Parts: sequence; structure tokens; C-alpha cells
Amino acid sequence: MSEQIATFATIFFSMILVNNYVLVQFLGICPFLGVSKKLDSSFGMGMAVIAVMVIATAVTFPLQIFLLDAFALGYMQTIIFILVIAVLVQLIEITLKRYIPALYQSLGVYLPLITTNCCVLGVTILAVQDYSAIVQESGFGLAFAQALVCAAGAGVGFLVAMLLFCGVRQRVENANPPESFKGLPITLVAAAITSLSFMGFGGLVENIINAIL
Amino acid sequence: MNPIVLAIVVLVVLGLAGGFILVLAAKFMAVYEDPRIAQITDCLAGANCGGCGYAGCADYAKAIVEDGAPTYKCAPGGDKTADAINRIMGAEESDRPSLRATVLCAGGENCGTRFDYQGVQTCAAAAAVAGGPSACAYGCLGLGDCTRACKFDAIHVVNGVAVVDRSKCTGCTACTAVCPRGVIQMKPIAPQPAVKCSNRDKGAAVNKICKVGCIACGLCVRNCPQQAIFLKDNVAAIDYTKCNGCGTCVTKCPKKAIQWVEGAPRPIDAPVPEHEVL
Repeated sequence: MSEQIATFATIFFSMILVNNYVLVQFLGICPFLGVSKKLDSSFGMGMAVIAVMVIATAVTFPLQIFLLDAFALGYMQTIIFILVIAVLVQLIEITLKRYIPALYQSLGVYLPLITTNCCVLGVTILAVQDYSAIVQESGFGLAFAQALVCAAGAGVGFLVAMLLFCGVRQRVENANPPESFKGLPITLVAAAITSLSFMGFGGLVENIINAIL
Repeated sequence: MNPIVLAIVVLVVLGLAGGFILVLAAKFMAVYEDPRIAQITDCLAGANCGGCGYAGCADYAKAIVEDGAPTYKCAPGGDKTADAINRIMGAEESDRPSLRATVLCAGGENCGTRFDYQGVQTCAAAAAVAGGPSACAYGCLGLGDCTRACKFDAIHVVNGVAVVDRSKCTGCTACTAVCPRGVIQMKPIAPQPAVKCSNRDKGAAVNKICKVGCIACGLCVRNCPQQAIFLKDNVAAIDYTKCNGCGTCVTKCPKKAIQWVEGAPRPIDAPVPEHEVL
């Protein structure tokens, strides 16, 4: 049992630190640079991304196993996943608007933005890549649970990256870089350095969790 | 089955299923939205500048329809937009007190400094260093964050304090949002007196650091024929719903902290220019 917990914890925390989608795998850079100007908007975007990632993985993972793999349609993965994510985001938006208008208001424009977020598509595709082998080994249930944990970790990782970079960015705004570096160039340099710092987490999580359990 | 046909069938079925779910969701979870909201959104300037105090044009339109917000608040749209909205709402023409940015500080060179600030030349950065370099903890820092925020070239730093050119100001509130000290506020467009001081310290403390700071002596309160002035947090405040712009307070104020809203800050001894006297 503790081995299972260790696996899940490793997946979750390595998605946040070691395989951080934004800072290590360089997916979803557009919202990362576009929405990180203000703390509250980056928080809203991060929460929306967490929700959509988990729900999208919950739908696409069974779809891949039971439909695409079963009928040898693996090459249709990208287009079908995009279709599913677009429908899902719309559906979430309609549902939120009806039942939780306050949350709908605070997420605002970020929810529809996620429709075309490569980060979300990346999570669904990579989850299938990494965990579909486990389906044969130890059944669909475990693989599905691991994929969901992976998606949640990826979402939290996105949120962490957004919040951290938001702080970095406010520091950069108050600094006085050379004229030609002002604006996007210095932001990209700052993003690169932030990303570099995350490279330092490689191998860390597994060792820590093995040591604890 | 032919794999190409299968692929097409799967995609079409998934697409149709998704579309069907969305149609059902939109139907069963529809939120009734007043059609006037969309009409009013079309009338508004569409710049999403936030000058009305709402989070964009659509939000303001919603507030008009649902909360009965005033119809004249779109500064870029002006009277034309207000008339169009009134037509949609079937409302009578309402009073339209336009607001313009007003700097509630006349300090600048009249105000001392606590230390020589050599850092990044923005108000936001200066205000973050040990409470800011100016002797007054409430006043204008004069480093021009507002000037850079203004899209209409309407606010400039003159003699160390920001001054609004009211002929250019559109009331968009960009400067009020960016000022770290919050000394820029929206006041009615008519030429009226304004208390050009935000210092909430006691009079004696204000006297030491600023030549034109409000010391909350209450002379203006006692002399205002309209009873439009009151003291709050050791600063005089003018109730513009009562003020008729008679200018008694401007002449009575011993510190010249109450000034006509246009024009550069005056040295304390200079007489009030004739064109500014009503």
C-alpha cells in the first residue's frame, strides 16, 4: 500500500517540480507570458487550468483506451482530443454560468482561452503515452488513477509556475533594463532563468519520497 | 470496415455527440440575459477602458440594465452614447456630472524631502523605499507614473507635483489607478475648489513638512455658505453635491490648501489669479 502511495506522490510532485509543463517541458508558454502580469489573474488562470486538465484527462484517457486503441485509430489522437477538450471547456463554461456564477465571473475570459491551450492537450496526450502501458500490466483502474494524479500535478505545476513568475515579473517591472531589453525581451530572459532553476529539481522528488516512505 | 471510413465515422459521431451535448446544455442550463445588455454594449465605445468604474463595456452595460447604474458614465462615448443608452432604456435624460482627474496634493517644491532618492525613477519604486522620499507620507512623489499612464497627454509633473490639464483629461481613471499614493481622485468637471492635500496627520505635523498642507483648522468648514465642507481624517473634504463653486474656502484657507482645480500649484503668498475667481 505504501508503495502505491509513494508512486502517486512521486507522480504528483514530479509533475509539479521535475516535469513542470511550463518551465521544463515548455508547453503553454503563451498564457504563461500573457497572463502572468497580475497575481489575481494568474491565480484564476491557474485554477481554471487545473480543473480543465483533470476533467479533460478523465474523458480522453478512457476514450483512447477503449475507442482509439481498440479500433487501431491511434493516429486520430490529436484531432479527437482537441475536439473533446473544446466541447468540455464549453460545457464547463455553460455549467458554471448556470450554477456557480461567482466562479464563472472570476474565471472570466481565461476559461475559453484554455480551449486552445497546448498545455492541456499536452497533458492528455502525455498521460496516454506514459500510462497506457500500465493498463496491460495492472488493469485500467490503476492506470486511470495515475493518469488523473498526473493531470492534477501538471495543473498545480502550471499554477506554481504562474505564481512564481508573476512575482519575478513584478520585480522586473520595477527594474530598469536597457532600452532594447524593455518589455518582452527581458521577460523572456527572466522566464529562461526561472526555468533554469527548475532544472535543478531533476531526480530530487523520487529520492525524497523513497527516503520518507 | 475500411479504416478510412471508420476514422471518418468515429470523428463525425464524436463531433455530433459533442455538439448535441452542448445544444442540450445550452438549452437546459440557459441563463436568461436581457437583450438590452447586448444592445447597450454595442452603443458603448468598446475600448474597455474601465473609466466608468466597471470591468469593461459589457460589465457596465450589465450594471445599467440589472442594477440601474447611471447611463452617463462612458467618458469616451460622451453625450452621444448616453443618449443612445437612454433611448434603449426608455429613460429620461439624466444629470451628467462628468468627472475629471484631480491631484489632491499641491506639495511638490512646497514639500520637503526625508532623503535623497537615487533609485529607479518611478513613483511605484520610490514609494516602496522606506515609505518614500517625500517628507509627506501622503503626497505626490512627482516621478510621473501618472504621466506615463495617461493616454491623452493630460497630466504632467510641474514643479514636482502632478497637474491635470482638464481640457485634455477624458476621465478614464488610468492615472488614479497607477498612483501608489492614491492622491489622484475623480472630481466633477465644473471649475470648483478642491482640497489639494491628502495628509491625514495632525496640523502641527503637517505644518512642519509642507507649506500648503491642510492643517484641519476648520476655517473653511465654518465659512462655507453652503455647509459643503467637513473635516475627515484631519483633512478638509468638499461635498460636491452641495458646493456651488462660490470660492469662499479658496480665499479663507490660511494655507492655500484649497485651490481651484485648474492650474499649477501657486507659491503660498501669490494672489489667486483673476481668471480663476468666480
